[in-house]
Amino acid sequence: MTSTPDSAAPDAAPGSGPIVSVRDLERTYRGGVHALRGVSLDVPRGGRFGIVGESGSGKSTLVRLLAALDRPTAGTVTFEGQRIDDRRESDLGFLRRRLQIVFQDPMGSLDPRMRVRDIISEPLGRTRDRDERVAELLDAVGLPSDAGAQYPHRFSGGQRQRISIARALAPRPDVLIADEAVSALDVLVRKQILDLLTRLVDEYALTLVFVSHDLGVVRKMCDEVAVMRRGEVVEHGPVDEVYDAPRHDYTRELIAAAPTLHGALRAPAGSATSEASAAGPESSEPEPPPEG
Amino acid sequence: MTERDRPQGHLGGVDRALPRGARPSGWRRETGGSPESSLDQAPPPDRDHDDLLAVDGLRITHGDVALVDDVSFRIAPGERVGLIGASGSGKSLTASAIMGLLPDGLSAAGSVTLRGRELVGASERELSRLRGKDLGMVFQEPMTALNPAMRVGRQVAEALTVHGTARRRATARARELLDRVGLPERTARAYPHELSGGQRQRVLLTIALANDPALLICDEPTTALDVTVQAQVLDLVAEGVRDRGSALLFITHDLAVIASVCERVLVCRDGRIVEEGPVETVLSAPEHDYTRRLVEAAL
Repeated sequence: MTSTPDSAAPDAAPGSGPIVSVRDLERTYRGGVHALRGVSLDVPRGGRFGIVGESGSGKSTLVRLLAALDRPTAGTVTFEGQRIDDRRESDLGFLRRRLQIVFQDPMGSLDPRMRVRDIISEPLGRTRDRDERVAELLDAVGLPSDAGAQYPHRFSGGQRQRISIARALAPRPDVLIADEAVSALDVLVRKQILDLLTRLVDEYALTLVFVSHDLGVVRKMCDEVAVMRRGEVVEHGPVDEVYDAPRHDYTRELIAAAPTLHGALRAPAGSATSEASAAGPESSEPEPPPEG
Repeated sequence: MTERDRPQGHLGGVDRALPRGARPSGWRRETGGSPESSLDQAPPPDRDHDDLLAVDGLRITHGDVALVDDVSFRIAPGERVGLIGASGSGKSLTASAIMGLLPDGLSAAGSVTLRGRELVGASERELSRLRGKDLGMVFQEPMTALNPAMRVGRQVAEALTVHGTARRRATARARELLDRVGLPERTARAYPHELSGGQRQRVLLTIALANDPALLICDEPTTALDVTVQAQVLDLVAEGVRDRGSALLFITHDLAVIASVCERVLVCRDGRIVEEGPVETVLSAPEHDYTRRLVEAAL
């Protein structure tokens, strides 16, 4: 069971128990690609749970399974103790309300032909207080009230991400998954969206699952982190422990490779990257060799 | 001396301003010399020989709108300079203007000189002699910069033959250069789509450095890469310019990357340079409010 970290035992959640649990999850795609190879983890209720990994680590596959947008090849996913991995879409209504996702590319996930107010209220169905709710949500994400009448193309990347967040919050979910939600944004805008997410998670007592390739962002946002590599969770624990005293070689390599401003300023100019590459540029080349 | 063999017409005499001592003499010599390079030229007709690149009052306009305005900075031979700013700040346009690669509809005014030679308003013929030779460039998206239908080895070799290396020699040299950036031997026979993003970026870097440019411009070269791959590519950039004594203009929004690669930094906002200085000073004690916000937003 090398693939299952010890910390993924059922008692991992502090307080009131996990809201989402994953056990021995495997997902094999046609052609024999093992996107997930036995992942187990618990997302504690009210926690801010980070999933970090490079491309091909399986984090996007995991997100799809957490949200029951795909079915595992083996293993289980439970939401508050109820299996969600083997249900038909018609039996997933509760999950669609209670778990929402914000994706990386707001333009790809916002229908360009819909006005912002219709995009935001779409998850609500028919309700009488629709307009009020839209106004409330626009306000919550820091958009002007007249934004509702506009179409998405009128907005900047950061504003579009605010629209996605407003839509995700509309059905009053318990769990918000942010899948590379700030990865396409400029540094200054990124900070605004991260601050917004932090505030909303507190205000609405959300459980946050924050998925990113960016270690710095995960450290800033999360209290617990799972490090993924090639379909496995290689390390999992409180953010400070994992970042300050990584136990797995890959985590160490990842942390050494990710430049931080403070780390780089401490090192002499031009040498900071050598520290990173000392963690093994040739030995652990994650890139595939060219074919042929 | 081999540099005497260099075909006339490259850059005339203006490219001779680099003092001999400005470049560590090691690498190029060991690997067989590079007669095409202009770096080894005999004593310069003296100009501002402290500056390799001098940008003065650069203004880039689209119709009546100035996208870059009154940008001035200098880069000394071998110096590593970072250009930071949020998207839309004009940093990439500045790089494009230096390369003479502004998109249609945009025009540049002011002055950009490379070893005293004016690039603004220079003919495409002149610029194409400089590009890939005295000026190397690496972009964010290597797939668009590489020819998808040509084997990688040939593309590297072409960078050399275009500037005068004989083909047989260029082919051998391409293999050496690919090996230097840690790409396996078979890479030369691969097509770009067969490579990973990091490998493609190594190929692009190989092409950019093939003629030992006096200045390497990198525009967000690692933004699309995984962190471990980014670290490797950054190392290769740092090593590549160090070995050749090339100067570096590195453009990114990532302050941590700038701090790990560059000595000096220029902060660009709304088409203007708002602050500049040594990396340590500017990024640990920023004076301009905009720089402060960038530093606060960094992780």
